[in-house]
Amino acid sequence: MPVILQQVSKSFGDVRALNEVGFQVGDGELFGLIGPDGAGKSTLFRIIASLLIPDAGSCMVLGFDVVKQYREVRKLIGYMPGRFSLYMDLSVEENLNFYATVFGTTVRENHDLVREVYRHIEPFRKRPAGKLSGGMKQKLALSCALIHRPRILLLDEPTTGVDAVSRREFWEMLEKIRREGITILVSTPYMDEAELCDRVALMQKGGILEVADPAEMSTREEVPLFALRSSSEVYPYLERIRKQEGCQSAWLFGDELHVTLKSKEYEPLIREEIGRWKEPSLEWVAIAPSIEDRFMRLIRQEQEPDSGHGAGIKYRTDR
Amino acid sequence: MRILYTLLIKEFKQIFRNRFMIPVIFVVPLVQMIILTYAASLEMKDIKLALVDQDHSTASRFLTSAFDGSPYFKIMFRSEDEREALRLLHRDRVDVILQMKKGFGQELYREGPMDLQLLINAINATEAGLVRAYCTRIITGFNSQIRPEWKAGGGLSGNPAVEIIPAFWYNPEFDYKIYMFCGILVILVTLIGMLLTALNLVREKEMGTTEQINVTPIRKYQFIIAKLLPFWIIALFELGFGLVVGRLLYDLPVVGSLWLLFLFAAVYLFAVLGIGLFLSTISGTQQQMMFVAFFFMVTFILMSGVFTPTESMPGWAQQINVINPVAYFMRVIRMVLLKGSDFRDISRDFYSMIGYASVILTLAVTNYRKTT
Repeated sequence: MPVILQQVSKSFGDVRALNEVGFQVGDGELFGLIGPDGAGKSTLFRIIASLLIPDAGSCMVLGFDVVKQYREVRKLIGYMPGRFSLYMDLSVEENLNFYATVFGTTVRENHDLVREVYRHIEPFRKRPAGKLSGGMKQKLALSCALIHRPRILLLDEPTTGVDAVSRREFWEMLEKIRREGITILVSTPYMDEAELCDRVALMQKGGILEVADPAEMSTREEVPLFALRSSSEVYPYLERIRKQEGCQSAWLFGDELHVTLKSKEYEPLIREEIGRWKEPSLEWVAIAPSIEDRFMRLIRQEQEPDSGHGAGIKYRTDR
Repeated sequence: MRILYTLLIKEFKQIFRNRFMIPVIFVVPLVQMIILTYAASLEMKDIKLALVDQDHSTASRFLTSAFDGSPYFKIMFRSEDEREALRLLHRDRVDVILQMKKGFGQELYREGPMDLQLLINAINATEAGLVRAYCTRIITGFNSQIRPEWKAGGGLSGNPAVEIIPAFWYNPEFDYKIYMFCGILVILVTLIGMLLTALNLVREKEMGTTEQINVTPIRKYQFIIAKLLPFWIIALFELGFGLVVGRLLYDLPVVGSLWLLFLFAAVYLFAVLGIGLFLSTISGTQQQMMFVAFFFMVTFILMSGVFTPTESMPGWAQQINVINPVAYFMRVIRMVLLKGSDFRDISRDFYSMIGYASVILTLAVTNYRKTT
């Protein structure tokens, strides 16, 4: 197991950023940390990257303790911080060469590994890093994190603030890197990206809600899920649906309402009720729950049972 | 070594890619060396003089013409009326009043005590001191010239007058500019070394680039050396540049050894860069850093003896100057350049500076934490 976390806790003053977090990442796995802003993802990354010392618990990276043997750990990981941290006043090429040399290697030596990523930014290799677009900055940062052929790649929200096309490209690149045998830990607030991971850990308020295969995760949902769609605004119906007998919970999901029922028996009753509203544009269908639905329900279980949608989850607008 | 070399190359690239740097290194010092040297100069010309001659004797006319001929004085007012002269002094129209009472020449002839009054505006004490010194010089000259003449005419033998001929060593022309220039140069080199180092380090902190650097195998000491060395070189270059400018503009004499000066500067700059590093560790943003640096710099500079000799400061102030690095360099640069002191003369300052640099660098490096 390349990464083993046990009961890791970290506080900043009164704020408990991480609360007894523990999970393991398997060899060659693409592991996702999913959660809203402030869930503690970045803190966790900084601990794994040996930049932050946990208050309690232990974190082992490829058999090395991140606190005591941080020097070994740093040779083996490639870390891409959430905030762009390369030199803005150095060119693309200079940044890449700099990080290669610092790790005692050359760009040529590992060119095959970074080629896939680097070819996108190669036409701009003389341009200062500060003048690149968001997507290109991410690709440069990924190239620099990869240039010494790390065993583990730590990517803290690599696609936040990046356009949809670049995001898709980025995930395709990750898939290729993984095929090189590099274990990848990636955090994201986007639910659709979670489904591209081998396994994900759902994080909320410094704790882990669940660790599972995203495909399997949605089948774990035993409560039937329905969607109410409309060609116009669907939001006005939220309170009406919630008042129905048999409705367990309802929340806004993108531009539709997702509804769970206490049991299947209530379904015909609600369908009839909606029919009585005389809104021909309304559409009521049974749907397969996504990982996002799972996450929403888990969060609501943690908090009070009937809070609406939200918890800072970002929706893709280009779905 | 390879890592260090890479870091240094990177650092130099960044420094010279910064558009703000070239003016800071070349233009700003040049402007300062030209403007400040004159502005801070204590040399005075055209001292406004009011002459109150109530005697109208040969002697008084002789003294008047002595003042008239001096390049330092400009006679603004001649009269017998001392009250009018006083009024002008009150209104700041004249700097000094020379009053020769009736009987001045007579007294002189009889070799009795002369009565001569000098009223100097002493709002600026330094200026007043200078005015007094200039006046005394002229009056002494007058004195030594007039006596033999009278003696020859009157035949009275007086006591052989003891003549004081001052010789101004190390600065025969009494040129304040070169003295000031040395001080300005020290300030410039210190500013460049301390501020640029601290700014650069804090900027790296602000930009968040240290986050990425910290996960590399770069060691703490390598990072610090790569940060300090460029500014050490730039500051030493600045010293050389300043000396050339001084030579061209002010005919700066270089009596002592330049090697000795640069050797001392090299050690001195380690202390200065250490302070810069220390400042960067205690501040999170460039603004905070500038504020703290401003406080230190103003204190250091004003205490260093750039305008006033440190020897004239109260005892406790001189004690404080033990921890003021600028005071050491201020003393040494003048000793070496103007006086031609050799290593033995400055050895005390030199070893103190080595100790100082070691302490401040240790403190700064310890304070600089690579891991939180």
